[in-house]
This record gives sequence, structure tokens and C-alpha cells, in this order.
Amino acid sequence: MSRMAGRVGRSEGPWPWLAAGSVALSLLLLLALLTLLAVRGLGHFWPAPLALVTLEDGQRLAGRAVHEESVPGGEARERLYFTGNRDLAGDIWTWVPVAEIASRAFPEELVVLERRRWGAFLGRLVALEGEAGRREGQAAWPALQARLAELEALRGERDRLREAVVTPLVRRLERGPDAAAEAELARANARIRELQADMAGDTLVLESVDGRRLTQPLEEVLRALRPNAMSPVDKLATWGREVWRFLSEGPRAANSAGGVWPAIFGTVLMVLLMSVVVTPFGVLAGIYLNEVAHQGRFTHLVRIAVRNLAGVPSIVYGVFGLGVFVYGIGGTLDEWFFAESLPSPTFGTGGLLWASLTLALLTLPVVIVATEEGLARVPDHQREGALALGATRVEMLTRVVLPMTAPAMLTGMILAVARAAGEVAPLMLVGVAKLAPQVPVDGDFPYLHLDRKFMHLGYHIYDLAFHGGDVQAAMPLVYATALLLVLVILVLNLTAIFLRHHLRARHGALPRH
Amino acid sequence: MSVFSSPHALSDGPILDFERSTCCLEIEGLSLAYGEKPALRDLTLRVPRHRVTAFIGPSGCGKSTLLRALNRLHDLNEEVVREGSIRLEGQDIQAPEVDVAELRRRVGMVFQAPNPFPMSIYDNVAFGLRLQGGMRKRQRDDVIEWALRSAALWEEVKERLGASAWTLSGGQQQRLVIARTLAVQPEVLLLDEPASALDPISTLKIEELIRNLKSRLSLVLVTHNMQQAARVSDYTAFLQQGELVEYGPTQTLFTNPRLRRTENYITGRMT
Ligand SMILES: Nc1ncnc2c1ncn2[C@@H]1O[C@H](COP(=O)(O)OP(=O)(O)OP(=O)(O)O)[C@@H](O)[C@H]1O
Ligand SMILES: [Mg+2]
Repeated sequence: MSRMAGRVGRSEGPWPWLAAGSVALSLLLLLALLTLLAVRGLGHFWPAPLALVTLEDGQRLAGRAVHEESVPGGEARERLYFTGNRDLAGDIWTWVPVAEIASRAFPEELVVLERRRWGAFLGRLVALEGEAGRREGQAAWPALQARLAELEALRGERDRLREAVVTPLVRRLERGPDAAAEAELARANARIRELQADMAGDTLVLESVDGRRLTQPLEEVLRALRPNAMSPVDKLATWGREVWRFLSEGPRAANSAGGVWPAIFGTVLMVLLMSVVVTPFGVLAGIYLNEVAHQGRFTHLVRIAVRNLAGVPSIVYGVFGLGVFVYGIGGTLDEWFFAESLPSPTFGTGGLLWASLTLALLTLPVVIVATEEGLARVPDHQREGALALGATRVEMLTRVVLPMTAPAMLTGMILAVARAAGEVAPLMLVGVAKLAPQVPVDGDFPYLHLDRKFMHLGYHIYDLAFHGGDVQAAMPLVYATALLLVLVILVLNLTAIFLRHHLRARHGALPRH
Repeated sequence: MSVFSSPHALSDGPILDFERSTCCLEIEGLSLAYGEKPALRDLTLRVPRHRVTAFIGPSGCGKSTLLRALNRLHDLNEEVVREGSIRLEGQDIQAPEVDVAELRRRVGMVFQAPNPFPMSIYDNVAFGLRLQGGMRKRQRDDVIEWALRSAALWEEVKERLGASAWTLSGGQQQRLVIARTLAVQPEVLLLDEPASALDPISTLKIEELIRNLKSRLSLVLVTHNMQQAARVSDYTAFLQQGELVEYGPTQTLFTNPRLRRTENYITGRMT
């Protein structure tokens, strides 16, 4: 084999090299893309060292270096620091001319606080004041850590109480008066107020590196870190926690912080719904075209039409979905079944169902073509073998032909998923939302809310990059979300490929004769 | 029907005739064309019960076409036009009340290339039985063992009935296909060049099988191999360009053919 390849390489001139080169280039580009996304996106969650920078003029600032560039039209370079403290400084970014930096240090006591309002604080911790008294200096940091852990537990209990007790009770009361439920609700609310009171009351005294003091209610602090004092293991653990938060939490602060869980959920759910719709339709259409219909001019025309549909730009499908599904069918459904809530639409506006149907339409040709090709590859002598044993046409199809075609159908589904998961343009017309923290599945009847708007990773990227206030802060999230989108598609595809492999192993590969 | 008009006068060669009562299949005036292209012309012959009848003739003379007419596999092809009648045990197979699936169970067929389904060996043989339904597992197991034994395959596969049928050799696959067909207990077995893709040993096995099956059912064998026809068949029909040229006991036809055309074909001379 290798000897033959060598001979071909010499006698065929540059072609094998060109072919191999282009394969290598594509692989390299793919690798570069993934590396870029991974480094930029995942690097964001690493607790980077905090520098204490002293300038020539005596000014001091604490921050994390983000990047450096040369000043236009000069030799000088400027470095961008993330300095946080929006409440003190008004801006969270600071440009520093590199030449003016007198000294840099990484003192261990510098803290980063992540706060619910005003974003991050970077500076020093002076004291923790609470019911337990005032802790200062060395004692403040461990006290803060302990108190934050307590708060976390209290917050957890409150949220659980709200979700597991209050919400069901409220729903029960909506259906009619119920004394027992009211009493229970009052008890739960009292407990929640108690927890709230427990959480409130502590304050932090903070000081920025340029000496400005600040008192900060502890309730609003989510996390506190001293990155310069952390060991690599601690950093790794923190990184893991941050990545997990990104994956499992909802977005905060107009999508510019927090996680992307609703978007992951929305993307996967929409793709699954789409597959559930498109696969049976596409497979049935393929079977009809290949096995049932009279093979004539008409089927030929239909085939050409189907293949051309695959080339229609996706936004056109979006327009179609808007016109037919949302306004047409959705509007009619609203008039018939949801008239009481008009003029606010129920199904007459974009939502999960219409988005899935639109994408199903978009990917239908792919599934039909794959199914047809699979059917065409089943040798005629297999069909005749079944018929000769007394099978009817339906039995022949279901017992011999379709099992042999199943891998091809799954290939069609894989292609459909790959195409659908990455589509954003049509979704903007038929149901994706910038912010929909409620995922479309919950404990509320009918559990799956097809009329709800949903979040989507692709649209989230677009929204972060173009609609956020602070592009500098959004970019790492854009990279991380893009990486996530690629991974989600990869996982969906791998699942389908695994299924196909399983089917192949069971029914055997098609013979080559 | 103009497509069926013959280019030359119909031969009036010696055509063997049987008592109606000893025949399983009676073909009368059968003509068949693929669209405008005639493949069989006014064929009349009877196939005796519990005998092996061989169809020989040059490639493209219509042997496969004739076999497929016998179990109505042509129904699938919309462009096929046919005339004349075929009777199985006295009943016209084309009659509207005939259930095609039932007919195909009674007239089993084995094709030139082995075509086991992509399932286990067991499932292949069970395929026809499961279509009929109404059989317990124990009973089905017995039938399957019987069919595999009849096809002289049991000893080779009894240890691995669950293995994929595609892991068998070509000769084993062909015997599996025969077993699969036997399992539904057909009255007539059509074999279209069953050994053409096999090695000499497998071929001998299949020939022996054919001889052994004679006591249970009637067989029709298409073959290009003159020795094979001479070895296993009782009667032989020689076809040429869609016409039946000569039909007689194999002994007579091979040792003492009446017509020049037959002799030339059998001895391998070009006509
Ligand atoms: N599906 C079909 N459509 C059109 N013509 C066909 C079709 N099948 C067979 N024919 C034609 O009918 C004639 C008879 O074919 P058939 O397959 O019956 O020949 P055969 O005797 O079995 O030949 P061989 O010994 O090579 O198998 C041939 O001329 C062939 O080209
Ligand atoms: Mg043939």
C-alpha cells in the first residue's frame, strides 16, 4: 500500500500533494478555530493575577491586564487594564501608557468581589461589620469567607422554599380560596422574611488602591477572591466553578454576565423538536417518492424541486414561517382557542413551536434526499427475496428495506441537525428571544410550553456581540458561547452517529454488489 | 398484439406433453414483453410434479423472464405486457381472486446471486414463517431445523444461528436461501442458476440437494451448465429467443436431440 502510494506520488506529479495539502490545511484551520475559541473563551474564567500599578505621577490602580497595543502614529504602547469599580471610577476599563508605569506589584491582599450591582470591585478589604462585631485586618478575610458561605446556604434555602413551597401554593390559590393553603403560604413567607433578615445586616468596608473608602452591603456580594494568594490548584477549582456557573446559570445584567443555561436548553430543545418533526415527514416523503409513487415525469419534477429547496436561503424560510406559521396558523389558533387573551397573542407570535417547524421545513429536503439515496442503495434482489417468500409490499418495506435504510435516514437526520443547530437568521423572525430566563419546560401544566419564546446560543452570540453596552466585556463571553455552540452541535451529531453505528452493527452494512 | 408477432415461423419441434393430472404447472400461449421488447413468444409447456425440469438456452433467451412469470414477480414492473395463461394445480395464477403473497409462498424462488437478508441466520429462515404468523416458538424452531437440515446446512450453522447471515460463505448463503424458501413449504421451487456463483464443491452440494428435494416438491432449474442439467434434471426444455424449441426427457434431449438448433447449442457450436 505505502509502496503504491509512493509510486503514485512520483508518477502523478503534484496532485496527491495538493490534495493532501488541502486536507491538512482544512484540519489546521479547524484546529485553529477551536483553539482560538477555547483560549479566548475559557481563559476568561481563569482567576488572573491582579496587578498593583504605580504610575510615574504617583497615581495607583489595581487591575487585570487584558491586552496591549501601540498608540496610533507612534512608538509608544498602551496597556488596557480591567479595573472594575464602576461606582467609584465610572468606568471599568483603564488605558495606561506603558512608558509611564513606574512599578508593578502583585500583593496578596488584593481582593476581587463580584457584586450584584456595579459589577466587580478590585481593591483592599478593610473590615467586615456585622452582628458578630467588627473584624479588621488579618481577621477580616477568613470572616468574610465564612460569612459568604453562610449567606450562600441561606440564599439556597430561600430559593428552594420559593420554588418548592410558595409557587405551588400560589398556583393552588389561583384556582380558588383555600384556608389551609393560605396559612401554609403565610408560614412560608414568614420563614422567607426571616431568612432575608438573617442575610441582611452585614457591611464590608472596602478601600480602593488609590485610597477611596466604600461601604458595601454584604448581601449584594456574590463571591470574593484573592487571586494573587491562590495556589494553582485553587485557581483550577475556581475556574471549574466559574465554567460550571456559566453553563448552569441564567444570564444577568442584560446578558453581559452570568451564564447561558437557558440558551443551551433552548437550542437543544428546539433541535430535538425539529428532529422529531422532520424525521418522520422526510422519511415518509422519501419512501413515497422512491417506493410508492409511479416513477414518471411528475416524480422527477418533485425530486428536482426538493433538491432545489435545499438551496433556498434560510432567511426566506424565516419569512415563510412568519407569514404562514406565526400570522396564518398561529393567528387562527388564537382566534379559535385563546380569544379571551386577545389582543395579546398566544400562538400568534413567534415561539418554540413555530421556530421548530420552520427549521423542520428548512431541513426537510436534506432528510428526503438522504432517505431516497438510502432506499436506492438497497439492492433489488433483497426486495425480490422478500416478495418471493410471500411478503406483501408493506411487509417487504418494513421488514427488509427500511431496517437497511435506517442508517441512511439517520445520516439525513445528522445533516439536518447540523444545519438547524447553527441557523440563526430565520429564528429571529419566528421566536428567538434576547432574554427568556424561563426555559420552555417546567412543572407547570402542560410542562412543555410550545408557545413560549426561547433563547438560542447562536442568537445569544449575536446579541452579546452587537447589542451589549460593553464590547470589551462581552468578547470573552462571545468566544465562550461560540465554543459552546460548536460543542453542542458536536454532541448532537455524535449521538446520532453513535445511534447509526449501533444500527449498522445490528443490521449489517449494505453489501457492495 | 403486434409486439408478440414472431420474426420467424414458429418452430414445430418436438414438445413433450404430459397428462394434465401429473402436472403442477401448465403454461399456455404465454407471451411477454418489456414495453416494446418481446421476451417470450407463445410458450406452451407443462411442468411435471415431483420431477426436476431444466430450462436451458443462450443468454437473453428469456429463461429468467419465464421463471419470474411463474410467481408473478413481473407484477412490480409496470411496463411488462403479457398474454396467455399459467395454471398452478389447475388454477389460473392471474385470476383476480388469487392472493399474490400466497401464490409466491406456494411457488418459491431462489435467485442467481445469494440474497440473504441482513439478519441472523435464524431470522432469515424464520422470515417467511413470521409473515404467516400463528406459530409457537418451539414449533418454529423445529421447522427451522428441518429446513436447514433439508438444505444440508444444519451441521455447519447449528452453533451460530444468531450470527449474521452475511458472515456465511457464498455457497452457505445460497443453501441458506434455499432453506429459507423450503421453510414455508412451497409446492414448486424455482431455481435461477442457483450454482452459477459457486465453487465446484458447493455446486455439487446444491445438486445433491436438488435431487433429494424431488420427493417433496417439483423443481424448475435454470442453468447454463449442460453437465449440471444432464446430472440433475429429468426433463429439459431448450429455449431460444423467447421461444420453446425442444422439450423432452433429459436423456433423449442430450443424447439424441431432434433439432439441429438444439444439437448445436448443446455441443457448443455457434448457430
Ligand atoms: N427488466 C427488464 N426490462 C427490459 N428488458 C428486460 C428486463 N429483464 C430482461 N429483459 C430482456 O429480456 C430478455 C430476456 O431476459 P432474461 O433475463 O429472461 O434472459 P435469460 O435467459 O435469463 O438470460 P441469462 O441466461 O443471461 O440470465 C433479454 O433480452 C433482456 O434484455
Ligand atoms: Mg437469467
